[in-house]
Formats: sequence, structure tokens, C-alpha cells
Amino acid sequence: MSKVLEASRAGALSAPAHRPFRFGRLGAFMERESVFSWLMLTPPMLFLLAFLGYPFIYGVYLSFFHKEVARAASFVGFGNFVKLYNDPIFWQAVRNTIIFTGVATILKASGGLAMALVMNQSFKMKSVTRAALLLPFIVPTVLSTVAWQWILDPGMGLFNRLLVVSGLATTGPSWLGNPTMAMISIIMVNTWRGLPFFGISILAGLQTIPVDLHESATIDGAGTWGRFRYVTLPSLMPVILIVTTFSIVITFFDFQLVYVLTGGGPANSTHLMATYAYSLSMGAGQMGLGSAVALSMVPVLGLLLVALTFFVRKD
Amino acid sequence: MVGELTWRKRILGLWLPLVAFVVVALFPFTWMAATSLKTNAELYDPKAMPLSIQHPSLVHYIDLLKETNFLIWVANTMLVAVIATAISLLLGSMLAYPLARMRFRGGALLAIAVAVTYLVPQTLLFVPMADLIGRLHLGNTLTAVMLTYPTLLVPFIAWLLMGYFKTVPKELEEQAMIDGASRWRAMTRIILPLCMPGFISAGIFAFTLSQNEFLYALLFLSKSSVRTIPIGVVGELIRGDAFYWGQLMAGALLGSIPVALIYSFFVKYYVAGLTAGAVKG
Repeated sequence: MSKVLEASRAGALSAPAHRPFRFGRLGAFMERESVFSWLMLTPPMLFLLAFLGYPFIYGVYLSFFHKEVARAASFVGFGNFVKLYNDPIFWQAVRNTIIFTGVATILKASGGLAMALVMNQSFKMKSVTRAALLLPFIVPTVLSTVAWQWILDPGMGLFNRLLVVSGLATTGPSWLGNPTMAMISIIMVNTWRGLPFFGISILAGLQTIPVDLHESATIDGAGTWGRFRYVTLPSLMPVILIVTTFSIVITFFDFQLVYVLTGGGPANSTHLMATYAYSLSMGAGQMGLGSAVALSMVPVLGLLLVALTFFVRKD
Repeated sequence: MVGELTWRKRILGLWLPLVAFVVVALFPFTWMAATSLKTNAELYDPKAMPLSIQHPSLVHYIDLLKETNFLIWVANTMLVAVIATAISLLLGSMLAYPLARMRFRGGALLAIAVAVTYLVPQTLLFVPMADLIGRLHLGNTLTAVMLTYPTLLVPFIAWLLMGYFKTVPKELEEQAMIDGASRWRAMTRIILPLCMPGFISAGIFAFTLSQNEFLYALLFLSKSSVRTIPIGVVGELIRGDAFYWGQLMAGALLGSIPVALIYSFFVKYYVAGLTAGAVKG
């Protein structure tokens, strides 16, 4: 016991040894790295515990209860999860979320890589072009999604009007009206919005590749494709990996796009796990079941991220 | 021959794909603008060319401003975004500074815990959050979203700022402290001013995300007078099955302008922030 005291006292004295005691004893105490750190950390930690930690624990708790609006909760153990296991809409939502996230991420990553390669050349008005290309990413999602809803409108929307005016079709497809087209449409809108994030990040990565790497590859006889395959792509891999991970998480949690564009319809065919959780909790008033859907998102997301690392390792 | 070859390469490798990217990125905005400037008669005329305007009119903009609380939504959105950003920057830097620059027990664990909060779905939090807001009697107040947005922003900002804080050499701080400055003074006078670009990037990010947030605003703000732009536009211009497309597009365009303006001033910092984590990692 006394040894511990002595050791801590010695630590306290030795740490600020080169600094004089002019701050007084309290001052010297506050100057210690650990004390200073925890004093700084306490306010944000308390805030996050109250507004993030508490709701999280309460949300997990709710998923084990049968809870309806304005009714007392009753414990059902894994009952909610068993119910979901037997619920075809839940599995449809899981499938949709994986397809939506997977396909949109692949499209955004490859399109973003193309955008970056095009933008990495020198041409006039580059900064204006870059600003214009970033616009889909910065405009509030709901507002651009409403515009897309109008573009995809079966009768008066831009796409079908263009198809009719150009004589390619007498009536265009019902973009949001049938299950397959609706899935294609939400993936298309998500790709449109998220592509600039990949493009600009990969462009920044491209600009950090040293020129002499390309030069020595050329001397070694590499053509355009060879330089891209053996110099550019491997150098970009860390950037692509981080941006992809980030994008998978955001796309996976996407709520507003589907909520506005299809509301999960037609006939629940485009529900993502996020919108299904919302419609169970708020539409049907089944808050326990809704929380169970939301909690199930965590392992599914984990699976997707594991799949990503596996895919990268293999490469 | 060679000149012709590079000329062809320039068209196929640069101009054609570049034009394609720009057209894809911008045509929805063109469609918004074209729709908002047409009268209803022209808008729903199946024979009219979709992207041309025969009789430009501001009627949808006038209706939008007269019949809805659009200007109040704009003011609400700005106020919420500014305050949520300020709270998030303050709390985020308090979290990031020790994690990036100090050595103490539990630091590494805490940094991981902050990163892991990304993986918590907002859809799991919203029912408990609504309960919490109800108990604090904050329903239908802007305070509700000013307090809840930082929970989405603080972890992200802390992560972004940690990168910037780490770039300032430790010697600078040690030198200041040998000269007699306290840790606090060394931080506020030496380190933080050097990280200004980081604060600007983080601030723009927080501001953009606050303007964009939808789920909490949808749940906590049901009265028209406290709504933000996204909730107001979707909640009041779509009435049941009736879509007021002219007004909707006018609202979507006007609602996009504040962010677009702010971002056009700071685009350099925005791009720097966007790419900071990715390129450094």
C-alpha cells in the first residue's frame, strides 16, 4: 500500500519536474496529462452518455419487450426476433438492404474512380467543374430526392417525357411502380448522390502518387493499362478502401431516400431495414418489434464489412 | 499524325466523359428550375417540350412564399444548423484534443468507442430519443434537434479533428510550457490556432449534415412553425396524394441555395475535410 503511494507520489513529482511549482498545488495537479485529459473529456462524455448511450441501451432493452404505443411493455425474451425470423417482409428488407448497399457501392466506387481519372487531367475551368460535380453530394438529400421523384413520374416525369418525345416508347416504364424498377430507381438515385464523394476522395489520392513511379514503370515497358494496373490502382487501394467502408455504413443506414421516393412500396418490395424498422415503430406502433429490426442491422452491417475485407484480401 | 492521335485521345479520354459526368450531375437541378418557372397549364401539357419554357412565370415562387411558412423554415434551418454546429465543434474538440495529443489510461479504448458509435443505427435510437425529448418537454421545439443533432455530429467531428491535432508537433507545446505557459494556454494560444483549417472543414461538414438531417426533424418537429426546410417541403407540399410539383421544385431549389452558397465559398476546405481522413489513412 505504502509502496503504491510512494510510486504515485514519485510519478506526480517527476512528471512536471521541469516545470516550476508556480501554478500552486492545484495547478500542478491540473497540469498532469491524465487529469487535464479527463477534465476535458468529461463534458463531451457526459453528453454522449446521456443522448447516445442511454437511448442505445434503452433501444436494445426495447427489442426484448412487446411494446405498443401508450401501453406498458411486457418482456418477451427473444420473441420479437423469432417473429421476425418468420416474417417474409423482414427477410425481403434484409435482402433489399444488402442488394441496395452492395450494388450502389460498387457503382459509386467504379464511377468515382472513372470520375477521378478524368478529372486528374489538366483542362480549363477545373475548379468550377469540380464544384459542379460535387453538387449532388452537398444538396439536402430530401430536396434532390423529391426532384428525382418528379423526374421518374410515370406520366409527366422527365425520363418518360423524353422517351415519348424522342419516339423511343409510346409510354415509358413505371419507374417506381413495379418492384424491380423501383429497386433499380432507388439504387440509381443513391449512386447519383454518393458518386462525387468517391470521385473527389480518389482524385485527392491520385494527386499524392509520385510522378517518378509512373516514369519508372514506363521505362520498364508498362503501357497505359499496365501503369494503371500495377502503379495507380495499388497506390489508390488504401483510399478506396476507407471511402468504401465509410460509404457502406452510410448507404446501409439510408432512410430518407427510400422514405421519400417509394415509402418502401410497391407492396413492401423496396423496404430497407431502416424504413421497415420505422414503419413498424411509427406506422404499426410496434416499438419493440421495430427496435428488434433496428438491432438486427448491426450484425448484417458487420457481415458486409467482413465481406469487404475478405474481398480486398483476396485481391 | 501524332497531333491527330492526341486530339482524338483528348476527346475520348477527357471531354466526352467529362461532359457526361457534368450532365448527369446537373440535369436534376435544370429540371427543378424548368419546372418551377412554368405555369401549371404548361407544366401538365403532354405536348410541351419538357426542358423548354414557353411562358416563364414566378407564380410558384410567389405561392410558396405566400401560402407556406417557407421563410420561417429557412430561418429555423439556419438557426438549428448554426447552434448544432457550434455545440458539436466545442464538444468534438474537447473529445479530440486529449485523444490526439495526450497519453493517459483508457485513451485508446475511448478512441475506439467513439469510432464504434458510427455503427449504431439511428433507427434504433429514435424511439428512445423521442421518449427522452418528451420527458424533457422539448417536443416541437427547435431545442430538441439542436440537442440531438450533435449526437450524430460529435463522433464524426472528433475523428476529423484528431487528424488535424496530431499534425502539430509536440515540441511546440513543450516549448511553450517550458516558457511558463500552462497546458490550457499552450492549447488555446498555440495548438488550436494552428488547426484552423480543421475547424473550418469540420464546421462546414456539421453545417451541411444539420441541414440534411431528416429522421429526428420528422419525429420531433410536427408543427409547421418549427419545421426545417426538408420536413416542411415534404410535409406540406405533398398533401396526401396531391403533389404540387411547381411549388415543390421551387422549394427544393430555394432550399438548396443556402448550402450551395456557403459551400461555394469554402469548397477548398470542404474538399480538404472530405479527403483528410481518406488520404492520410
